[in-house]
Amino acid sequence: MTTAIIVNEVYKKFGKSELPFWRRIFGHTNGNGSNGNGHNGHNGNGAKAAEKSKVVVAVDKVSFTVGTGEIFGVLGPNGGGKSTLIRLISTLLLPDQGSISVFGYDVVRQSMAVQQIINRVSVEASFFKKLSPMENLLYGARLYGQDGAETRKKVVDILTRLGLEKRAIYNPMEEMSRGMQQKVAIARALLTKPHLLLLDEPTTGLDPRSKREVQAVVREMREKSGTTILLTTHDMVEADQLCDRIAIMNSGKVIALDTPAELKKLIPPKDGQETTLEDVFIELTGKKLVNEEEETV
Amino acid sequence: MTTLTYQIRASYAFVERNINLIKRYWSWELVWLVYSIADSLAVSFIGLGVGKLGGGNPSTADTNYLVIYLLIGTLVWRFLSTIFYWITNLIGIERWEGTIEYTLMAPVRRITHMAGQTFFAISYSLFFTGMVLLATALVFKIDLSKANLLGGTLMLLAGSFSFVGIGVMASVLPLLFPERGEQMTHVFIALLLLVSGIYYPVDVLPPVLQKLAVLSPATYVLEGTRRTLLEGLPTWDLWQYIWPVLLMGAVLIPSGLWVFSMAERYAKKTGKLHRNG
Ligand SMILES: Nc1ncnc2c1ncn2[C@@H]1O[C@H](COP(=O)(O)OP(=O)(O)OP(=O)(O)O)[C@@H](O)[C@H]1O
Ligand SMILES: [Mg+2]
Repeated sequence: MTTAIIVNEVYKKFGKSELPFWRRIFGHTNGNGSNGNGHNGHNGNGAKAAEKSKVVVAVDKVSFTVGTGEIFGVLGPNGGGKSTLIRLISTLLLPDQGSISVFGYDVVRQSMAVQQIINRVSVEASFFKKLSPMENLLYGARLYGQDGAETRKKVVDILTRLGLEKRAIYNPMEEMSRGMQQKVAIARALLTKPHLLLLDEPTTGLDPRSKREVQAVVREMREKSGTTILLTTHDMVEADQLCDRIAIMNSGKVIALDTPAELKKLIPPKDGQETTLEDVFIELTGKKLVNEEEETV
Repeated sequence: MTTLTYQIRASYAFVERNINLIKRYWSWELVWLVYSIADSLAVSFIGLGVGKLGGGNPSTADTNYLVIYLLIGTLVWRFLSTIFYWITNLIGIERWEGTIEYTLMAPVRRITHMAGQTFFAISYSLFFTGMVLLATALVFKIDLSKANLLGGTLMLLAGSFSFVGIGVMASVLPLLFPERGEQMTHVFIALLLLVSGIYYPVDVLPPVLQKLAVLSPATYVLEGTRRTLLEGLPTWDLWQYIWPVLLMGAVLIPSGLWVFSMAERYAKKTGKLHRNG
């Protein structure tokens, strides 16, 4: 199996920088976040400390690789850094340190080449609300150089396939429920036939049937087109069934990475019941929380 | 598909999207048209009123000249500011709708993006200004027998490029300041309005502002358009007004693109793209 994504020691923090914004704009990059000590560095004193406490390390020296055609899951608590990681891969954020390559292209230096072969679905549907799904998807597909007439046909195919009613395709997006909008968002990504599909909580807010429809589409993409898929979800059952391997992220760090079966072996079964992925999640991410509380007390 | 055809196709995405947006928001465009017509009329009526206010008894020819002088000012300004706002809205509208990340992660060069938006902005502004002209022509008897219409249009088109450049620069404000960026773009328009002599000859301005007027592309567009339409200045003689605005465009557009790329880098560095407020 060839590699689709290589994430190497990637570090990303948010928050106040000591440099005024014009210096940051004009290239003098900031000292590469040498205070890489996780959340809200408590070191330093006085004004300096106040300044530093605004800093959040969202992705903290993360490394992993994803194989071509793999369905790779990223789990973790809210604020764990999953969406930030996805944005770094999709060229929407620039890493402070480390590097990411997608099918051999560097996301910073060869961003255009990366952009051509990826697409992304985010939690928020993100559409022109007054435009119809058809108009929104035409716009999305044309940005990738696709032909209008062909796109129109494909839009109807994909959306009906995802269980959307035909007339909804031509009415403004704002008249649609969240779940329906999410399906249009998935269609937008499928239209451009990406080699790498980044799915940030694609099934959040969908009913059980729609969830299954989306999961089926994800599997089919991998089977039929060999698409590599990186997805985040808060649905442990979904992750278990869908993913070949799973990384668990907490406070910006990858704290475990393995197949669902191997991950479950990490936690001994309790009360004679089989360990679920949820047990693993709670156990692995819970410890960290306790530690943090102890620190701040 | 070669890169060029790919990019040309991609630039059409913006044209088509804007047309669709106008179709869906047509009632808003209608309101804006009514506002623009009322504004042009109101300002032009000042021309008729001046005689009475001054208490003198100016000849009708002077009053007519004044009305057309003001009317041309409002129309040229409508044209240039409409271009400015469409270009500036490049980022603003996508912030508002929440689509910005999807557009900026698409394999589209910024110059392609701007080209599509520019093509639309110029075409739409011409159409819109034409509608205002038609409506005002119903109210004022405009004598265009001496006018060099071709020259006037050429002047407008030449001037539009420098406004595209200014618009691209202003469009970074919503990128850098998610909350207030859009409102800040009005400052550009207000300053240009002040120094460019839209409603008065620039020589009535204090010396300092007159110096600034030289730097505003709108000054040349207004003077050029007025002379072609009021005095029938031949197209060839228009060159004295055309070359400064083309030169400004040639400087402003590349610098606009450069400023934009810097701002985009900054936004990607600091995570400003997905902050909605
Ligand atoms: N643009 C930004 N500016 C400042 N801080 C940010 C930005 N984006 C994310 N963060 C911070 O980075 C951390 C990680 O956020 P991220 O969105 O990656 O988490 P997540 O794992 O996707 O969470 P969730 O499960 O809630 O979606 C959080 O503390 C968040 O507040
Ligand atoms: Mg997230």
